Amino acid sequence: MSTQLKPAELDPLRRAADWQRWEYAFWLLPLAAYFIFPKSLSLLSQIAITALFALSLDLILGYAGIVSLGQAAFFGLGAYAAGLMAAHGMGDPTLGLLVAALIAGCGGFISSFLVLRGTDLTRLMVTLGVAMMLYEAANKLTELTGGVDGLQGIEVKPLLGYFNFDLYGKTAYWYSVVVLFALFFLARRIVHSPFGLSLQGIRQNVGRMPAIGAPVHGRLVAVYTLSAAYAGVAGALLTQTTQFVSLDVLAFSRSAELLLMLVLGGAGCLYGALIGTAVFMTAHHFLSNMNPQYWQFWLGALLVLIVLFARDGVIGLLVRLRGWLRKSA
Amino acid sequence: MTIIFDGLASGMLLFLISVGLSVTLGLMNFVNLAHGSFAMLGGYVCALMLSRYGLPFLLAVPLAALVAALAGVLLERLLYRRLYAASPLDQVLFSIGLNFMAISAAHYFFGAQQQPMVLPEFLRGQLHFSGLDVGIYRLFLITVGLTLALCLQWLLAKTRFGAQLRAAVDNPRAARGLGINVERIFTLAFALGSALAGMGGALGIEILGLDPGFPVKYIVYFLIVVAVGGSGNIKGSLIAALLLGLCDVAGKYYLPQIGAFVIYVVMVVMLIARPQGLFNRKLLS
Amino acid sequence: MKPALQTRRLLRKFGGYIATNEVSLSVEQGARHALIGPNGAGKTTLINLLTGFLEPDAGAVILNGNDVTQLAQHQRVKRGLVRTFQINKLFADMSALESVTLAVCERLGWGWNWWRPVGDHQAAVDEAAELLSSLGLREVLNQPTRSLAYGKQRLIEIALALAARPTVLLLDEPAAGVPASESRELFETIAQLPRSVTILLIEHDMDLVFRFADRISVLVNGALLAEDKPELIAVDKRVREVYLGVSLDG
Repeated sequence: MSTQLKPAELDPLRRAADWQRWEYAFWLLPLAAYFIFPKSLSLLSQIAITALFALSLDLILGYAGIVSLGQAAFFGLGAYAAGLMAAHGMGDPTLGLLVAALIAGCGGFISSFLVLRGTDLTRLMVTLGVAMMLYEAANKLTELTGGVDGLQGIEVKPLLGYFNFDLYGKTAYWYSVVVLFALFFLARRIVHSPFGLSLQGIRQNVGRMPAIGAPVHGRLVAVYTLSAAYAGVAGALLTQTTQFVSLDVLAFSRSAELLLMLVLGGAGCLYGALIGTAVFMTAHHFLSNMNPQYWQFWLGALLVLIVLFARDGVIGLLVRLRGWLRKSA
Repeated sequence: MTIIFDGLASGMLLFLISVGLSVTLGLMNFVNLAHGSFAMLGGYVCALMLSRYGLPFLLAVPLAALVAALAGVLLERLLYRRLYAASPLDQVLFSIGLNFMAISAAHYFFGAQQQPMVLPEFLRGQLHFSGLDVGIYRLFLITVGLTLALCLQWLLAKTRFGAQLRAAVDNPRAARGLGINVERIFTLAFALGSALAGMGGALGIEILGLDPGFPVKYIVYFLIVVAVGGSGNIKGSLIAALLLGLCDVAGKYYLPQIGAFVIYVVMVVMLIARPQGLFNRKLLS
Repeated sequence: MKPALQTRRLLRKFGGYIATNEVSLSVEQGARHALIGPNGAGKTTLINLLTGFLEPDAGAVILNGNDVTQLAQHQRVKRGLVRTFQINKLFADMSALESVTLAVCERLGWGWNWWRPVGDHQAAVDEAAELLSSLGLREVLNQPTRSLAYGKQRLIEIALALAARPTVLLLDEPAAGVPASESRELFETIAQLPRSVTILLIEHDMDLVFRFADRISVLVNGALLAEDKPELIAVDKRVREVYLGVSLDG
């Protein structure tokens, strides 16, 4: 009855967290991009920053199954935190990141008690509501936030006391990419850990988790707080690299577009967030000369088509392609 | 006071537009954030009929409702139907996509500005009741709203269609077994909801305004009405809409500096207090 | 010896409807205790009350002498009270190995570990693999759960419960939906569980009940009608009335 299990039978799980070759190749791309597209560094920085933002949404949506239409709330909290610090003489970038993460994380922690109740529909509306509340509050507190015109007097000190934020965006680029990679690395460890697996368990069958002894609410509060901190760091990066922050960091369109980017790339595997962001923002950049209504129309159509026909996004299509290739090989 | 009438009129408009959303949510369990686009469609049709073709107001409004109904039937048959079993997130994404398409189309054809509205003579002005000034148009809206609410109640409670609808809501499988064409009922209900939304959008140009941002601007209001009134509950929606209209107008009058902030606070508080809606019952209370 | 599981006048209403009517149940240590009753008698409600999925309106649930009525589901699981579900509640996109490893990790308190990958938690993976092997699932360890036959999925359902090392195991119609040929295998697995695990079983298949149980409780309209040894339940007039037409001769 008890024949020893061969190690090979356990390998799929044992090796699940190993770095694949294509992942190494993937992370060479930002390196290469620096040399191949030296004139587009500011766009590339923005892609990296938004990719980090998308990562924050993937953690809660793709892994834990928490639907949110209000991730911009935490992005905005981080952006304003960094902005206010820089406007009041505390412009050190890394300090700004830490404070932003802290403040956004607190925001996430507090709002988790509102958000993690009721059904998916309730959650969608509550996250939307919280984000809009923050937007309206920021709108009214113009002395603090600068309102629609944006916060004035932001002075970002040199990175690590040495690297100035230059006009070509070189410092900004490396700054964004390094922070992105560091937080991606952390996120990758988390999703492959028992904690990460329990989040997936919550998403796949929330009723079963308490039955195997897992404290569901506590886990969700934890990941929601973490995700808020991630979003806050992304917001802070935006402020610091553009030396500007205004109300639109809290706008609904930011949350909606983020959702679109994540779905486009494919939720639930981290790389989908990165790919979706890159594809979306590159397309937007090249098509931005186009009539904005034209862009919005086709964006909407794309969203409808994705939901109807390609629900798992680019990653889903790639997975299907790989499966099809394997079968015909 | 005028505020009360303004609030009630506002609430009536919200009711007209939201009741369709309430039905689709309660009936098909479909989270249709694009519902406001049907209202917007009705609004633009009405505005077009009035300005370009010189149609009388009382003709333009039903026409707007009709066009919205047709759009509803078309979209339901072609698109919505495929997503009845999808997750709420998928439905939200889909409806956001539809919204984008509708908003950009409106922008393209009509421009970004507010649609001007000229009310017909007999609806302008005010009536004077013992010291109170009551806007005639607002009175008109309240009357229309109440009438429609009563008609809807009657439709659901006393007609065969209503009975079939309620059966389809309670148990689609059993309803099919009884020979009820559930798919057709869904389409009709969707059309009805869209028609009412279109009518609300047309009637609301004067009070709520009309520009391409309409669906996004007001979606929160519609969601509050449905969440508070309970999806599928006509009476609940009416009461919730009236309350919301009153609070909104009163809030804008007495506390203008707080603005839209309050509306979102109200929504979040409502949802936290009762995640299922305050009057959550099936399609008839 | 203290009963493994007890309820004291457990009461639960849904509006005006009394689903659980002052049930005082007692399950002895190491028992093979069956809970039977007609459809709608409130058996699953009772299980839900025992596990903490539902809160009672009155009464208490006592596990190994301790009152656990205030404890949440996952806390009761940590104390050894585990259940299976009538309809499989599985992690469709995980493999059997992943699912059970997750359950083992939770039991070992490793559910909050966020740095080391699951695969590095050797002890948990090995234990999960052993458990699944012993249930005959060795061939399908790494296949996604959704691709497996229902019978195999049912075994995973049991594995998930066993991974929590229950002292009291509540089985909600374990053979439900499983073809007769496979349910024997299932019950053999259950029968082989050691007496250190107390079992309360809901089941409709009277054959299985009479073969397996050493004590039977009969639930009708939310209340306990009778509780006794199987032979005596079989001839109980009241029980026969309730099950009119159904042979109880085992």
